[in-house]
Amino acid sequence: MEALMAVVTGFIFAAGTYMLLSRSLLRILFGTSLLTHGALLLLITMGKLKRGEAPVLRESAIAYADPLPQAMILTAIVIGFALTALIIVFSFRAYQTLGTDDTEDLKGME
Amino acid sequence: MSVNQVLTPILIPWVTGVILIFFYKNVRAQRLLSGFSALLALVNAVYLLRTVSAKGTIVYWAGNWAPPFGITLAADLLAALFVLTASLAGAAVIFYSFRLVDEHRERHFYYFLVQMLLVGVNGAFLTGDIFNLYVFFEIFLISSYVLMAIGSTKGQLRETYKYVLLNVLTSILFLVGTALLYGVAGTLNMADLARKLPQAENQGIISLVAVIFIVVFCGKAAIFPLFYWLPQSYVEPPAAVSALFGGLLTKVGVYCMIRVFTLMFTGDPAFTNGLLFALGVSTMFLGGLGAIAQYNFKRILSYHIVSQVGYMVMGLAINSTAALMAAIYFALHNIVVKSALFLFAGVTEEITGTNDLKRMGGLLLRYPLLGWGFFLGGVSLAGVPPLSGFFAKLLMLSGALEAGNYWAMFFTLAVGFLTLFSMMKIFIYCYWGQEKPVRQEALEPSFDYRRFMLPCLFLVLVSIMMGLCAEGVTGIIRRAAEELRSPELYIRAVLGPYN
Repeated sequence: MEALMAVVTGFIFAAGTYMLLSRSLLRILFGTSLLTHGALLLLITMGKLKRGEAPVLRESAIAYADPLPQAMILTAIVIGFALTALIIVFSFRAYQTLGTDDTEDLKGME
Repeated sequence: MSVNQVLTPILIPWVTGVILIFFYKNVRAQRLLSGFSALLALVNAVYLLRTVSAKGTIVYWAGNWAPPFGITLAADLLAALFVLTASLAGAAVIFYSFRLVDEHRERHFYYFLVQMLLVGVNGAFLTGDIFNLYVFFEIFLISSYVLMAIGSTKGQLRETYKYVLLNVLTSILFLVGTALLYGVAGTLNMADLARKLPQAENQGIISLVAVIFIVVFCGKAAIFPLFYWLPQSYVEPPAAVSALFGGLLTKVGVYCMIRVFTLMFTGDPAFTNGLLFALGVSTMFLGGLGAIAQYNFKRILSYHIVSQVGYMVMGLAINSTAALMAAIYFALHNIVVKSALFLFAGVTEEITGTNDLKRMGGLLLRYPLLGWGFFLGGVSLAGVPPLSGFFAKLLMLSGALEAGNYWAMFFTLAVGFLTLFSMMKIFIYCYWGQEKPVRQEALEPSFDYRRFMLPCLFLVLVSIMMGLCAEGVTGIIRRAAEELRSPELYIRAVLGPYN
């Protein structure tokens, strides 16, 4: 399972990087959010996926899943959400004010 | 309540910020509250430094969770020194903003964002947990994105987009590095990591993580090859914001580098220090050379941020107590002086209406306080005694000499000349020579530039005092550097009674 997740993470990183290298502001935005998701998947895989029961004390359980990566991912998701919202607004304002969404046209503009 | 003292540098701006949201239309109340909070934070930071200096590292375990599991905040001497200097720069910028940030920006959460930026910066200085560090980084970065874009001029929007993108990318890498660390060591507490990383069986992956963190902090601190965003983006926002960014943000990156590479990644010093040395030297030179070609006041200063950050990284890479002292002194001196110089640039822009050196001149005659104040700040940056920059360079030279690293001495002196050249170029173009036309508003009798000068002169005074009282200042910094050189002290303090 971990090996599969590693491949998936790698694929998401590749796709995110590809999107990031394009010229449209919106595609770049999708690139960063894909990369964020890749990092989150990596984070949850690093805590080993399924090691036991849900981390609530019970008599029957012998092993517990690690709750820490999940707590971290929750934090990172919130931050990623806020950032994505912010970048959407920036992209929109940049498009409105500068009149283009092509990064190539932004070059050398004063 | 002595434990809670670690939290105060974070809580004061945070509470202020939250209160400020509620009456964001009332500019007077915002100014009053921000000013009061800035002074309170300053007094509190002095008090924190005194306590840490007298009693040693103070630690706060959130919710009384045992250290490797809960969130830890720790104030050692290094952190307390940085918190104090950041509060100095923060207070000066806030008081400066009352006069020179336009009301449109003040009504759009300007003071709230400044406070949140200080929350993030102080938090990054004080945290003892690597994931927590990421969170505090995001807090001040998100504030900085909005601060940079507030006002929405064309240039601001364009540069903010690039700035946001680069920082989002490095933040994602930060997360990846944290994930790998957690996979290797199963803990994120920095003190616990410092203990567990040397025992890890696969040391190769730790070197990999070290390189990821170098890339991350290079991006945040504007170190070669990831410095290209800085000179552009720091020019666009108003001078107060540039001063805050130029003084604080890159130095947080440097602080984290010092912290991480003296505490955690000490396994392969030949590799990491070699890499850091090369990066530091390239940064120094490229920053200094980049400034020479420029004729924009703020852009020259921005290139010098890059150059000065290089010094700090070089000091860290030489890896001796004296060189580490130099790196710390350099960072503290730079927070103060760089903020001051950007504030001077702001006052000059208010008078002349431009940042272009070729379109200004002869300001010294009419505005002597501005001209000579800038002169003092400029030569302090270049390293002329008895100002603080001189002692930063002196410590760097003696550190390099002690380590037998003559290249480092050569680079220190050579780049010092480049700095002096740029500062004198600004002084000659802007303040000497023929008087050139200034803005119409600046000629009116009601316009008195002296009311802008207090925060700038305050920072210059701090720089002078850091130079005149070098004995005392270097004494504290020596202790901070010695603490860093023996990380067991920090580890024992943080893991504390739970050890």
